[in-house]
Amino acid sequence: MVEILNIFIMLMLVITALAMVSSRHLFVTVMLSGIFSLLIAASFLLLDAADVALTEAAVGAGISTVLFLGALALMDVEETTRGVRRIRMVSLIVVAVTTIFIVHATFYMPAFGDINAPIHQHVAPWYIQHVPIHMDIPNIVTGILGSYRGYDTLGEVFVVFTAGIGVLSILGDPIKNRQHRPAHNRGLRHYLIPRLVGRMLIPFIILFGLYVQFHGEYSPGGGFQAGALVAAAIILYALLEGEDKALQVIPMRVLYIMMASGALLYGGVGVAALLMGGNFLDYSVLASTPVAGQQWGILLIEMGVGLTVTGVLITIFHAFAARSNL
Amino acid sequence: MNLIEHLPVLQVILPLLSAPFCILMRGHMLAWAIAVVASGAAFAVSLSAASIVADGATLTYAVGGWAAPYGIALEVDAFSALMTMIISGASLLALIAGMASIRQQLPEEKQSLFFAAWLLAMAGLLGISVAADAFNIFVFMEISSLASYVIIAAGPHRKALGAVFKYLAMGTIGATFYLIGVGLIYLMTGTLNLDDIALRVANVSDPHPVLLAAGFITIGLALKAAVFPLHVWMPAAYNYAPHVVSAFIAACATKVSLYVLFRFDFTVFQPNLSGHEFQFGHFMMPLALIGILFGAIVAALAKDLKRLLAWSSVSQIGYIVLGASMTSEAGMTSAIIHMFNHALAKGGGFLIAMGAALYYTTTRFSNLAGLGKEHPWLSGAFVVIGCSLIGVPGTAGFISKWMLVNAALEQGGLGIFIIAVVVFSSLLAVIYVWKVVELFYFEPRPEGASSNAVVVKTPEKLLFMMVVMLVAAANVWFGIFPGEPLALASQAASMLTGGAL
Repeated sequence: MVEILNIFIMLMLVITALAMVSSRHLFVTVMLSGIFSLLIAASFLLLDAADVALTEAAVGAGISTVLFLGALALMDVEETTRGVRRIRMVSLIVVAVTTIFIVHATFYMPAFGDINAPIHQHVAPWYIQHVPIHMDIPNIVTGILGSYRGYDTLGEVFVVFTAGIGVLSILGDPIKNRQHRPAHNRGLRHYLIPRLVGRMLIPFIILFGLYVQFHGEYSPGGGFQAGALVAAAIILYALLEGEDKALQVIPMRVLYIMMASGALLYGGVGVAALLMGGNFLDYSVLASTPVAGQQWGILLIEMGVGLTVTGVLITIFHAFAARSNL
Repeated sequence: MNLIEHLPVLQVILPLLSAPFCILMRGHMLAWAIAVVASGAAFAVSLSAASIVADGATLTYAVGGWAAPYGIALEVDAFSALMTMIISGASLLALIAGMASIRQQLPEEKQSLFFAAWLLAMAGLLGISVAADAFNIFVFMEISSLASYVIIAAGPHRKALGAVFKYLAMGTIGATFYLIGVGLIYLMTGTLNLDDIALRVANVSDPHPVLLAAGFITIGLALKAAVFPLHVWMPAAYNYAPHVVSAFIAACATKVSLYVLFRFDFTVFQPNLSGHEFQFGHFMMPLALIGILFGAIVAALAKDLKRLLAWSSVSQIGYIVLGASMTSEAGMTSAIIHMFNHALAKGGGFLIAMGAALYYTTTRFSNLAGLGKEHPWLSGAFVVIGCSLIGVPGTAGFISKWMLVNAALEQGGLGIFIIAVVVFSSLLAVIYVWKVVELFYFEPRPEGASSNAVVVKTPEKLLFMMVVMLVAAANVWFGIFPGEPLALASQAASMLTGGAL
C-alpha cells in the first residue's frame, strides 16, 4: 500500500515540476510550487521523517507561497520569453546529461530500505543507542539536530538571520516604504466572513506553534516549525486587518530585537558552556547532571531558533508587503 | 578555560556572534567599530593558530564535546590557518581603509545591516576554512554566499542587482551540486566527517556513485570558485559591488571554494579512487590554461580599472588551479602560495580602485588619467602592486610564478608548454598593468573631469593611505622574505599530496 502511495506521489511530483517549468504565468507557477511542497511533505511523512515533513509543509507550502505572492504583487505575472530560446537548448542538454549521470549512478546505490545500507550501519545506530543515555528524550531527531550536530543548526539559524538582513538591506525598511492608503481600504477589513473565520483561527495557530515549540523533544517539531507557524498566524492577522495593524502589534524595532536575540540566545548557550569549562555548545556542563544539562541546553537553543525564525519571517513579509499594496 | 584549546571555534564564533549586535546598534559608526574589532580578533586568532600549526601540527576541536564522526569536528592545519589569515586580514584592512568609501556609497541607515552582513560573510568563509565535516562546510557556505550577495548588492550601482542575481543563481547551482555530491557520499559511506569519509570510501560496495559525487563536488565548487568557463558571474559581481566589498571579496571568496575543492579531492577522492589524479589533472589543466589566457586578454581590453582587475582574477585563479592540476607536491605548493600572494595583490589593486573612486567618482579609464600627478602615493602603490600581479622579481607575485615554473619543470615535455603559457600570459599582464600606469603618469588630466565626489576627512584619508602603503609594502616584503607563508604553503601541500602519492 505504501509503495503505491509513494509511486503516486512521485508521479505527481514529476508532473507538477514539469507544469511549473512549462507555465509562463508566474501566479500559476507559485501555486504549483505550493502543491509541490505539500506533495513532497507527504512523501517525507511516508518515509517516517515527520520533523522534515512538518517543516516542509509550514515553510515550503505555507510561508514561501505567501512571500512569493508578495513578490508577485510587485511585478508582472507574465514571464517574458525575450532572449530565452537560445539558452533553452543549452540548458536542456546540460539537464539531460546530468539526469543521465544521476540515473546511471542509482543502479549502483544500495536498495531502497536496505537494512545493510551504510547509512543504517555507521552513525545512525550509535545515535539511536545514545540519545536515551545522553539526553533521555524520545525524539532522536531533536537530539541529533539540537546537540550532536547543534553547530550545524546554529549555522542554519544564522542562515535565516542572514536572509532577514538581506531582504531588509535590499528592499529597505518597511516603515519608510509604506504606502499610505485610507484605513477602510486596508487588508480584508470589509470582507466579513474571511475576517471572522480568520480571527478565530489565529489563537489556535499560535497555540499549536507553542506546542510544537515546547514539545519538540517528545514529538516532531522544534524551533523552525514553531517559528514558521507563529509567523504564519501574524501574517494572517496582517492580511486580515491590514499591515499597519500588524506593525502596531509587533513593531519593527521588536522584530529587529527578535531576529538578533534568538541567534544570540543560541550562541550564548554555546558560550556559556565554554565559560563553564566545556567545549562550545557542550550543554552537559550547564546543569548539575549532564542529562539535565543537555535537556536545558536543547530547550534554550530551540527557543532561540523559534525567536529568530518568527522574527525573520514576519520581517520579510513586511518588507514585501510595504512595497506592494497588500 | 584554556584559550589555545578553543582557538578553532573562536575563529568562527567571534565574528558570527558579533553580527547580531551590529543590527541592534542605532549608530552606524558603532556597527563599523564592532566589525573592525571582530575582524581584528579573528585575525589575531588566525595568527596564533598559524604559529602553532606551522610545523605540521593540527588543532582539532569537538563541538559540543561530541567526538567525530558522531559530532562535528573542526580542524585547523597549515592550509586552513593560511586561509583564515587571508580572510580575516582582508576583512580588517578593507574595513579600516574603506571608511570614506562606505560613507560615499552607502546611505547611513543601511550601514548597520551592511556591517552585520559583512561579518556574516567573513564568519561563513572562516567557518568553511576550519570545518572538518562535509555538511558543516555546506552550512557555512550558505551563510557566506547569502551574506556576500547582500553586501555586493548594497552599493549604489543599479546594475549590481542584476550582477548579484546572476551570482545568486549560479552560486545556488554550485552549492546544490556540492550538496548532491555530499548526499551521494553519505549514501555510500554513512558518514559526513571528512577524515572518516576518506577511511570509509575505500571500502564502498561500488565506486560509481562516489565517482558521480566527485564530479558533482568538483563542478559545484569550480562554479563557486569562478574557474573558467564557470566564471561568468564573477567580473560583473566584482565590478558593480561597493568598492570596499570588491577589495574584501576578491581577496578571499573564490579562494575558499578552491580550498574546499583541493581538500576534498586530494584527501578523499585521489587516495581512494584509482586513476582519479589523472582525471582531476586532465580535467582541470586545460581549463586552467585557457582561463589564464582568456582572462588576461579580456583584462587587457578593459576600459575600467575594476573591470580590469576582475578579469585579471579569472586569469590568476587559473594559475592556482594550474598548480593544483599537476597533482604534485611542488605544484600544490605553488597553488597555495599563490592564493596568499594573489590575495595581497588583488586586494591591494581593488583598494587602489577604491581610492581612485574616492577622488574621481568612478573607475572608468577616461576619468582616471593624470592620477599620478595629483595623487603620487596612490599611483606609486599601484605600480608596486601591478608588478606583483605581473610577477616581477622582488614582489610576492614572482614567488608564486617561480614555484609554478619549478613545478612545471617536473612535468617533462608538458611542462615546457605550461611555462610557455605562463610566460605569454605574464606578457599580457604587463600590457594590462602598463595601460593603467600609462594612464596615471603619461596622460594629462582631461578638462572638466569630475573629481572629489565626497569630502574625505583627514583621519579617514590617513587610515586609507596607511593601509594601501602597508599592502604595497607587504607585496614587496613577501617577495623578498617569503618565509612564513611559504612554510605554511609547503606544509599544507605535503599534507594534501602525502596521501595521494
